[in-house]
Amino acid sequence: MLCQDCKKKEATVHMTQIINNEKIDLNLCRECAEKRGFHSPLEGKAFPLAEFLASILDQSLQKVPPELKESKCSVCRIGYPDFVKSGRLGCGNCYKIFRPQLKDLLRKIHGSDVHRGKIPGVGEDVMKPVREQRRLQEQLKKAVEAEDFEKAAQIRDRIKALERGR
Amino acid sequence: MFEEMVRREAQWLSGEGKNSDIVLSSRVRLARNIRGVPFPTVADADTRQKVLSYVKIAIEKSESFNKGMFHSSSELSPMDKNFLLERHLVSPEFVRDQNGFRGIFIGRDEKISIMVNEEDHLRTQAIKSGLEIKATWQEANRMDDELSKFLEFDFDSDFGYLTSCPTNVGTGIRASVLIHLPGLVLTKEVEKVISRITKMGLSVRGFYGEGTDVLGNLFQISNQTTLGKSEEDIVESLEKITQQIIEYEGNSRVTLFRDAREQIEDKIWRAYGILRYARVLTSDEVMNLLSALRLGIRTGTLSGIDLRSLNQLLILTQPAHLQKYFGSQMNADQRDKRRAEILRERLN
Ligand SMILES: [Zn+2]
Repeated sequence: MLCQDCKKKEATVHMTQIINNEKIDLNLCRECAEKRGFHSPLEGKAFPLAEFLASILDQSLQKVPPELKESKCSVCRIGYPDFVKSGRLGCGNCYKIFRPQLKDLLRKIHGSDVHRGKIPGVGEDVMKPVREQRRLQEQLKKAVEAEDFEKAAQIRDRIKALERGR
Repeated sequence: MFEEMVRREAQWLSGEGKNSDIVLSSRVRLARNIRGVPFPTVADADTRQKVLSYVKIAIEKSESFNKGMFHSSSELSPMDKNFLLERHLVSPEFVRDQNGFRGIFIGRDEKISIMVNEEDHLRTQAIKSGLEIKATWQEANRMDDELSKFLEFDFDSDFGYLTSCPTNVGTGIRASVLIHLPGLVLTKEVEKVISRITKMGLSVRGFYGEGTDVLGNLFQISNQTTLGKSEEDIVESLEKITQQIIEYEGNSRVTLFRDAREQIEDKIWRAYGILRYARVLTSDEVMNLLSALRLGIRTGTLSGIDLRSLNQLLILTQPAHLQKYFGSQMNADQRDKRRAEILRERLN
């Protein structure tokens, strides 16, 4: 089927619009569909995090202390400006040397800078008490803020028990 | 390569699983890197070669992966890579293959696969037919446990699994569903739904992932953030939101059939007619026509076609699949003829 507008190209956009119970069929090529103002519902919606990352990386460069701008990761030889440019870190060690900057960045990207998921190793989950303690500390803070002192005392007891267990 | 595979059904499109008329497939990918080794984006050729062999050895040692094939990118032609992309076994980034020394392990039924030296050393993937996100995560988790018996992954007690891009750090998980939403598109509700999904922290993309148009009313919905929540929470929230979208889609179909039954049925029958009798069909057109057919099967307008064969046609009519199927390199015009031929043959 040819595009009903230009009558030259193959129609690849087929639409049935229903306006006030009346049906309108449209068979257009991509260019003519765009001319009529139809666009893909995803248009302009690039992976939002990637774009967001680029913008906050630029900002972060201005706040980086000058000595860090010069230093390079000893393992992969990547510097902070390289990271800002590509949006990619070079190795695990980069996460150590750019830690303060990354903490700030990760909070902006993920709304958190603490991992709460899987821990490697199929054996005993050695990190579990640490995570549990972290979770309880957060609950404690909330309870204190809400002035729920009874609950706060209970949580404190659980933290103590956890510490004794280790 | 893959001449045998092209004649085999892609198991993750078997039409089985929950809500498989609307949700074609569920997928979970985990990003992992080997401790102390620079990420593939900066590693030199020698290092990438080493990573490739480490992973290959781990796969060979493990009994869980003993029925599959490992290919290094040097054995794969550009068409082979596109074939794997069409089958959702590799990413568009893998196909671009700028640095070389990449690898792909494909499990026997294609439900599991491992990309090596894409953006991270490993991208472990599990994929299932239908809305089966939890089961898919469990499968990916098992693969990850198995691999970590042989490989030590880069992990930080605060940041979790370390990845090349900070948007993947923490769990390294990308869970997604491939979902068919013709009702929402036809009633023009889809943009509203997309913006609602985006606000809930999920991302929405077209059929082939990043930077593509929406073809055949197929959308890919996935989690955006990977740090601060457990994998279970991420997977559960994707499942819940997907169920909501299925409900919206159902409602919009009710509206369509109430207000414009004849028009919609006409659209479905026309699509069926074109697919059965046309002599030249482009890939984009087929994607859109198959979308109408899928709607027709669900709503009972069409009978005698099953979801399973429809799903297979969706993959088989893609450019690299067609060329593998007919065993020759073809230009776009030749492909359009062959595509029409295959559809006539399968639908009549
Ligand atoms: Zn580094």
